[in-house]
Amino acid sequence: MKRTRIAMLAASAAAALLLAGCASGGGGESAEPSVAPEPTFEAGTTMAELAEAGEITIGTKFDQPLFGLVGPSGEPEGFDVEIGKIIAGKLGIEPENINWVETVSANREPFIQNGQVDIVVATYTINDKRKEVVSFAGPYYMAGQSILVLADNDDIKSEDDLVGQPVCSVTGSTPAANLKALGAEVLETDTYSNCLEPLRNGQVVAVSTDNVILAGLAAQNEGEFKVVGKPFTEEPYGIGLALDDTDFRMWINDVLEESYEDGSYEEAWNATAGTVLPYVEPPAVDRY
Amino acid sequence: MSGAGVLFDAPGPKARRLSRILSIVTAIVVIGGLGWMFATLNAPRESGGITLPGMFDAVRWTIVSDPEMWGFIIGVGVWGTLRAALVAAVLAVALGIVLSLMRSSTIGWIRIPTAVAIEFFRGMPVLLMMLFILLVAGTGQYWAVVSALAIYNGALIGEALRAGLVALPRGQREAALSVGMRPLQSKMLVEFPQAFRQMLPIIVAQLVVLLKDTSLAYIVGYPELLRVVLNNLGSFYGNRFLFTLWCIAFVLYLAMNLTLSWFARWLARRTDRRYHPGKVGPAPEDASQALLVVDAAAANNELGGQGR
Amino acid sequence: MDVVVVNLPLYLEGFATTLLLLAVGGIGALVLGTLVAAMRISPIATLRVIATVYTEIIRNTPLTLVVIFCAIILPILGSDLPYLIAGMIALAVYTSPFIAEALRSGINGVPIGQAEAARSLGLGFTQTVSLIVLPQAFRMTIPPLINVLIALTKNTSVVGGVGFVSELFGVGRTLANANGDAVIAVLVGVAFFYLIVTVPLGLLATQLERKWVVQR
Repeated sequence: MKRTRIAMLAASAAAALLLAGCASGGGGESAEPSVAPEPTFEAGTTMAELAEAGEITIGTKFDQPLFGLVGPSGEPEGFDVEIGKIIAGKLGIEPENINWVETVSANREPFIQNGQVDIVVATYTINDKRKEVVSFAGPYYMAGQSILVLADNDDIKSEDDLVGQPVCSVTGSTPAANLKALGAEVLETDTYSNCLEPLRNGQVVAVSTDNVILAGLAAQNEGEFKVVGKPFTEEPYGIGLALDDTDFRMWINDVLEESYEDGSYEEAWNATAGTVLPYVEPPAVDRY
Repeated sequence: MSGAGVLFDAPGPKARRLSRILSIVTAIVVIGGLGWMFATLNAPRESGGITLPGMFDAVRWTIVSDPEMWGFIIGVGVWGTLRAALVAAVLAVALGIVLSLMRSSTIGWIRIPTAVAIEFFRGMPVLLMMLFILLVAGTGQYWAVVSALAIYNGALIGEALRAGLVALPRGQREAALSVGMRPLQSKMLVEFPQAFRQMLPIIVAQLVVLLKDTSLAYIVGYPELLRVVLNNLGSFYGNRFLFTLWCIAFVLYLAMNLTLSWFARWLARRTDRRYHPGKVGPAPEDASQALLVVDAAAANNELGGQGR
Repeated sequence: MDVVVVNLPLYLEGFATTLLLLAVGGIGALVLGTLVAAMRISPIATLRVIATVYTEIIRNTPLTLVVIFCAIILPILGSDLPYLIAGMIALAVYTSPFIAEALRSGINGVPIGQAEAARSLGLGFTQTVSLIVLPQAFRMTIPPLINVLIALTKNTSVVGGVGFVSELFGVGRTLANANGDAVIAVLVGVAFFYLIVTVPLGLLATQLERKWVVQR
């Protein structure tokens, strides 16, 4: 039941993005988050420091359609970027005073640990191993690993059909580890867009990673691919920040909850990933 | 053995005809092969139940008319590559100079650790070094790229310069010492400038390698040409433009590297003519060859020194 | 260092793949490189032109682009080779001009009088090259060839970086990602395995160079 719904949504989503064309990411302007006028924070907190400095460094993906993507304009666009802007806005920081830094999967924790970024909003799954070195606010979105196949492939319907089959994912990523645990034969590469050619020529039967990433890939190649099955893992996306900066973490959680209520979260979603994916109620933040 | 002319007889009319026929046949085969490649790439393909346009179909090339894209590629990609390569080149040459002086020092506790360090850095993949510096030293992407390139190429340049120093005729040093220079003075004022000049072509050739190696910076997410074109723009425009973007990256790299290579060759010829006016024939246009010659001379000198 | 010990099987598996890439890529490069070197001294003009253009293009293209060509564009041309083979092809193609240059420099290092003497004794092209020139060129060629092999060893990491092949560097990246708390140890482990190959090769090159120079 739920499975067909997601497949249907993905298909209609694909059509929607095609209509929206490449402008999908550019919709951010209508959802420009409000900037708080001179907020006050308790002295000595990270919030106070950032508000005082008037600028913030945020790590995000630069190659992730719908979430964090840099086009020829040089400005990152996407849902993660909008979330970053909401948080910066609450600190009284204008979007143009945000320094965006590209994070790749391998450097997110070191960047936070070394203080090269203040926060990371980069389709960043919260897990216990990572919690040992960084702290997470959120989650602000619940993704799940899903499967992308050629549109005319009717053999693969769920993750069970992947056992013993060649499947493509990204080197060293959580989805790749999940696939190995599942018993699939994993072909690993550098980026997800590299996975599509092996899928076309039959070297792999499926590409598997977070559903939101797959939706972006399907949308960019109309009619060629489809997302099948229901997500078979839960990937809570969190906002990474320095370990044990509890005040900052709690404050970001407050900001997230506020954005759920005042509609800025939904607005951010609709302007970016919402062009392809349905809106779902945000998950409850985890105040561990 | 320059000039292969001595290897075979001057071709007679028959041989010349044969060679001309073979020339034409190979040309036809190669052009045919390229044509086949073009046709195969350009053939529409069936995939997922729909037909994809061929690789040279106009729909795949619409992006090349977008000035904003070119601005992004040049302003961020090419600039990112050159910015890293330039600074790394300067640092690599500086490091090479220091390492070569330390490596040829007469003091054991300076020379031996330097030799070990050079051997170590020569044997490390640049990719690994970049990742290591980024994750461990926490320098940020730019400096991770620059310092990894500088260290690796610095070690190689240092080795080349050292070979150049050892290869110098012993008389140079003896003469400098006999006019009352101290060993360090002789090295800095007499020997090193000559070694540097002789090794200049090799150094520039190594800098071509350095420029090419900036493409490895994708591993740490530093925005250089390859990452910007294939990754950022590849994700932005979508997979159907991947071939187009690959071609763009290929042409831009060729343009940059060929320019530098030609410069290296020009420099090699110029230095050669200037400092060996009597010598006929082209200078070694290739670094490994030149290095070999110098290495051989160096070994000769070292052994000669011991033997005499 | 526990990470390295615990994951030693993974390391060894990656190391084996690296060695395989090195061996097959190296042999392929030797064959291709010899062919290119031969083409460059051949009496047939077209062959010379082709070899020169090939050398110029490959030498000035980053390996990453060559690897992507072999992994992504070759399949479009109809190849259905496994990615490991595609990686080997990429390495062989990328390394071949450097091999050709090393060979050529070796041949150039043989005094021209040797060939002249051989020719004046009535030896033909094939005899001159195979009996007189190549045996002498060989010892001049070995040290630079070893240097090319060292570079090739390190270049195998680029294949793993682009992906599709899980060699030493790919293993390192996976482990570094999974063990955010022990990144240094993971990478030191990777470096160790590369150095096992490259440092002895480097020392060998230096030794041979010295030895052969003395003999001349």
